[in-house]
Amino acid sequence: MSAESYPEMSFEARMGTVDFRIHERPHITLDDRKCVDCSVRGCITACPANLFVPTADGGILFNYEQCFECGTCYMVCNEEGAITWTYPDGGHGVVFHRS
Amino acid sequence: MPDVDVIVVGAGPAGAAAALEAARAGRSVVLIERGPFPGSKNMYGGVVYGRILDDLVPQWWEQMPIQRWVTRRQTMILTDDQALTVDYRTENWGRPPYNGATTFRPDFDAWFAERAVDAGANLINSTTVTGLLRDGNRVVGVRTDRPDGDLTAHVVIACDGVNSFLAKEAGLYHHDGAENYTLGVKETIALPRDVIDERFNVRGDHGVDIEMLGASPDVPGGGFLYTNAESLAVGLVLSLPALAASGLRPEERIAQLKAHPAIAPLVEGGEVKEYSAHVIPEAGFDMMPELIADGLLVAGDAAAMCLAAGIWLEGVNFAIGSGAAAGRAAAVAVRHGDTSATGLEGYRARLESSFVLADHRKLRDAPHLVMSDLAQQRLPALACGVVEQLFTVGNPVPKPGLRRIVRGEMKRNGVKLRDAAAQGWRALRTFG
Ligand SMILES: Cc1cc2nc3c(=O)[nH]c(=O)nc-3n(C[C@H](O)[C@H](O)[C@H](O)COP(=O)(O)OP(=O)(O)OC[C@H]3O[C@@H](n4cnc5c(N)ncnc54)[C@H](O)[C@@H]3O)c2cc1C
Ligand code: SF4
Ligand code: SF4
Repeated sequence: MSAESYPEMSFEARMGTVDFRIHERPHITLDDRKCVDCSVRGCITACPANLFVPTADGGILFNYEQCFECGTCYMVCNEEGAITWTYPDGGHGVVFHRS
Repeated sequence: MPDVDVIVVGAGPAGAAAALEAARAGRSVVLIERGPFPGSKNMYGGVVYGRILDDLVPQWWEQMPIQRWVTRRQTMILTDDQALTVDYRTENWGRPPYNGATTFRPDFDAWFAERAVDAGANLINSTTVTGLLRDGNRVVGVRTDRPDGDLTAHVVIACDGVNSFLAKEAGLYHHDGAENYTLGVKETIALPRDVIDERFNVRGDHGVDIEMLGASPDVPGGGFLYTNAESLAVGLVLSLPALAASGLRPEERIAQLKAHPAIAPLVEGGEVKEYSAHVIPEAGFDMMPELIADGLLVAGDAAAMCLAAGIWLEGVNFAIGSGAAAGRAAAVAVRHGDTSATGLEGYRARLESSFVLADHRKLRDAPHLVMSDLAQQRLPALACGVVEQLFTVGNPVPKPGLRRIVRGEMKRNGVKLRDAAAQGWRALRTFG
């Protein structure tokens, strides 16, 4: 199975298919000082929205806006206190239409 | 006096069923949903098994919003470049009372929650419950993110889905490690109706459900493909810790699946209309939290009641079954004036005497069996290898005997007869 043989859409276009009603309060926050000691860094691979981006200095850049509110990141994270996770305020966040 | 008799948190299938049954029993009910409408936060593979609605919505099949009735069901075993498919079709599933239907959750959940509203429940959308209100150990209501958002009740029913922060806050979970969860990702891919009819060999409002084993070789899980009226749902279910450690992202895995020679011709030319993701409680019976506390019941995915056992992926029907049981038990407890954990015990009895706990108890080993390395990687390769040899005509060499083929393939795939027999025995005990 090779991914190359299928013409894939860009990740931006993929996320562009999803309706997000963004609230100004970040419902997930990251203290990436904790990430320095993390060896697995599972969030980078597992977050289906690709919201955890490693930086050159060993940290992680996180943006809450295009989040599915799935819970994967806090479940796979192995550093206590790195991720603070809540649901967005009522009426905000992801809205599915064809799922 | 509390504000209402019963508060139900979450207007998914569990919450709507709970609210419907409590309201039908004459109780005052508030159903709180954080999304702008019920179903807006919810995604799944694609099939609702509606018979659970027989008692709740008479003639449900005449009103339920559907995409297609599933009349053809396939189980596909994949390796990198092979596919072995068991294909079953029956017209019986295409007429009342039907079996399963593909439907979008934003449509289905909104429709079902409206049935609770018809019965008298008060649905409040766009409101996130942020915690439980307590009096000592007893749950007496919820805090919401609305101004003056505290609401009190005799009973709170937590139907807040897989992450259930309410069940966790109440201390009811003891097995919520990442190894008990999978991530589901999917693409909804638009194709014209007649193209779908032709590719999947169906007509009218009939459709297909394909479950796949071996669809993500290095990460335990499975694949699925469902037909909607004018789109396909294609996706994967992936074990969380294995996915996290794998280095290959979910959307890259979907791309791989779509490029598989058995899948590519089915999805070709389709346009991705929505990408979605959601977590599934995978471990069934062994991960279930305590279900009852003083003033509190837990139902649906919030109580890990989704049945994820390889050839079965049924959560909506289990959510409705458990939610309805919770709603009825809560109504009885309120009427009798005892909503302590003891007064709410009727919930457990109802679950025990229905498919919800009977199926889960019987299939408690199934998730472990299905997610094992043997079932995920070696058996698919073995099965495909055996069939390939059986049907490869190697003239002038005479046909090999089946026993020799099987022995050869077992050896090649590192399957020991003893392991296979032990696993087979466990499988027979579980599924038999
Ligand atoms: C990829 C995938 C494929 C699946 N395939 C199938 C399938 O084909 N067939 C099937 O039957 N099942 C399937 N399932 C399982 C099924 O989706 C779930 O078991 C089912 O949705 C559980 O219903 P529920 O009502 O318990 O929870 P949910 O459907 O998750 O509903 C919970 C509700 O609570 C709301 N909520 C949560 N927290 C709060 C809060 N704090 N305040 C207010 N509201 C809140 C949410 O917005 C949501 O509406 C699949 C699941 C996935 C992820
Ligand atoms: S898994 Fe947790 S600690 Fe590790 S990099 Fe990701 S957020 Fe940081
Ligand atoms: S909740 Fe899901 S989509 Fe949102 S950041 Fe975490 S892993 Fe990514």
